[in-house]
Amino acid sequence: MKHNIAVYIHDFQKRKRKEYLIMFFLFLCLLMAALLILMVGNTNYSLPTVLHVLLGEEVEKAFFAIRTLRLPRLLCGILAGAAFGMAGSTFQNMLRNPLASPDMIGISAGSSVAAVFSILVLQRSGFFVSMASLFFGLAVASLIYFLSHGSGFSGGRLILMGIGVQAMLQAVISYLLLKANQYDVPKAMRWLSGSLNGMVLKDVPLLAGVVLVGLCLLLLGSKQLKALELGDEYATSLGVQTKPLRLCLMFTSVLLIAFATSITGPISFVAFLAGPIAKKIVGNGANHVLPSALTGALLVLLSDFAGQFLFETRFPVGVITGLLGAPYLIFLLIRINKKGGFA
Amino acid sequence: MEANRVMELKAVNIQAGYDKKMILHGLDVTIPQGKISVIIGANACGKSTLLKTFARLLHVKSGEVSLNMQEINTYPSKRLARKLGLLPQSPIVPEGISVYDLVSRGRFPYQGFLKGMTEEDHKAVLEAMEIMNIVDLKDRFVDELSGGQRQRVWIAMALAQRTDILILDEPTTFLDISYQVEILDMLTDLNHKYNTTILMVLHDINLSARYADYMFALKDGRLISQGTPEEVIQEETIWKVFSLTCKVMKDPVSQSPFIIPIGRHHHV
Repeated sequence: MKHNIAVYIHDFQKRKRKEYLIMFFLFLCLLMAALLILMVGNTNYSLPTVLHVLLGEEVEKAFFAIRTLRLPRLLCGILAGAAFGMAGSTFQNMLRNPLASPDMIGISAGSSVAAVFSILVLQRSGFFVSMASLFFGLAVASLIYFLSHGSGFSGGRLILMGIGVQAMLQAVISYLLLKANQYDVPKAMRWLSGSLNGMVLKDVPLLAGVVLVGLCLLLLGSKQLKALELGDEYATSLGVQTKPLRLCLMFTSVLLIAFATSITGPISFVAFLAGPIAKKIVGNGANHVLPSALTGALLVLLSDFAGQFLFETRFPVGVITGLLGAPYLIFLLIRINKKGGFA
Repeated sequence: MEANRVMELKAVNIQAGYDKKMILHGLDVTIPQGKISVIIGANACGKSTLLKTFARLLHVKSGEVSLNMQEINTYPSKRLARKLGLLPQSPIVPEGISVYDLVSRGRFPYQGFLKGMTEEDHKAVLEAMEIMNIVDLKDRFVDELSGGQRQRVWIAMALAQRTDILILDEPTTFLDISYQVEILDMLTDLNHKYNTTILMVLHDINLSARYADYMFALKDGRLISQGTPEEVIQEETIWKVFSLTCKVMKDPVSQSPFIIPIGRHHHV
């Protein structure tokens, strides 16, 4: 060989170290945002007070505000944000299209329909709503998958089919809201806009479990996904079994989305935004799962914080992420138009 | 990659196609080991379909494709990917991927679930980039390269896969003539240096005849002729395969057969 392999490997490791460093930096940002959210509120508490409360000490007043109000809000925000982020970015990479996040192609809308139906028509709440939205999210995902399958898998077809299904589901939601008892509508609306209000600590362990399992599965599949990005043919010739891989990644992502949605409601555009932002930060070559999970969590925390304290009225987190996401969607559509293709 | 391994790729009486449409009608093909073989034929004659059945992208409806006397579908997928690589006609370039990153994806069949790149992987990637002469481009984005450079990157990726057999579907299409010759020269180097069996589809009959050790001529999913370029490139065969009248001469540079098409407005 003409080139020195040692120098070359050294270069490679330097790049890898940089990736880890950026990831660590993201993690630090998340940690700081978390502490900020625990400290700041109607009453501000000092860092030592927060730490004391977290360690289980009974500090008067602060204990209630931090343990009962702020901590569940924080933990659910982080977990749901991470779930949305990594599931969205997996979908986008798998279908090779930034438009292909689950909140664009009807999967989140599927969960929403089930939840609104449970709240308004069946008059249920809590665990039942979560389970209903989980199963319906999975059902809608399978429906879209099979409708778009035809003679072979096509990402473009799946996205179009998903957008169609999304429109239909939105219509169903509107119908339910119009027909419902006026007293129940605010509850459904709060859920629909995606909010961290009313989170309780007992929701956290299950959500954490699902996010952890999802994270592991997506990490395991991420190397194969990199091969799949080169097209089905190339992936097959590299030894990837494309069909089982795609089904497995889809199932995991939908599970994450539907589960997080079932607890916080569809926090709009987080799944859509996290992946592209993470890519901008760490670069396209890096593993996408952890960065997009961290970015998603950060997005939700910061948006929630902004929604609570930046304006005169308090807005649910979904409104703020919606404000961020909509311009990006328009930007993306303009860019796609310029490139003259469906990607 | 030892020199005298047995790596016989063979199709026996295969029928294959898409949905209800049959494309290949009972083909028998054995790919000569350690040689460069080229498949020629008119559009839609089944060339690409044949490559796809060899690379397990398409399952045969009847007949059998085997590697080393073993049915190709019985191989574990990663093991097969270490023996046989395919460069598709139009692979997808992910946005913003560096040359290095793309070439190293060719190491996928050698890597475990969570393991990173080993020294062996780095060596294979660097060597592949050296052979294709793209080391200087390693930090550039693939989607910003010219067509010729990009094709070298794809072939480097296939080389990093270190397979005994390399299948390429029209590796020179859309390239300027100088790049076409460059790519074919590089593939020949590869064949000489590592004894890699190369099977490809090419459109240019004259370049095929020059670079191929062995040729297959297909029409409507059937094999019309096979053999050395001298045996295959004959006026009648070209008529049968392409419905083209032509004159066969000798390439003054390589002494391989060379066709001159005739057409309606000129005659000999």
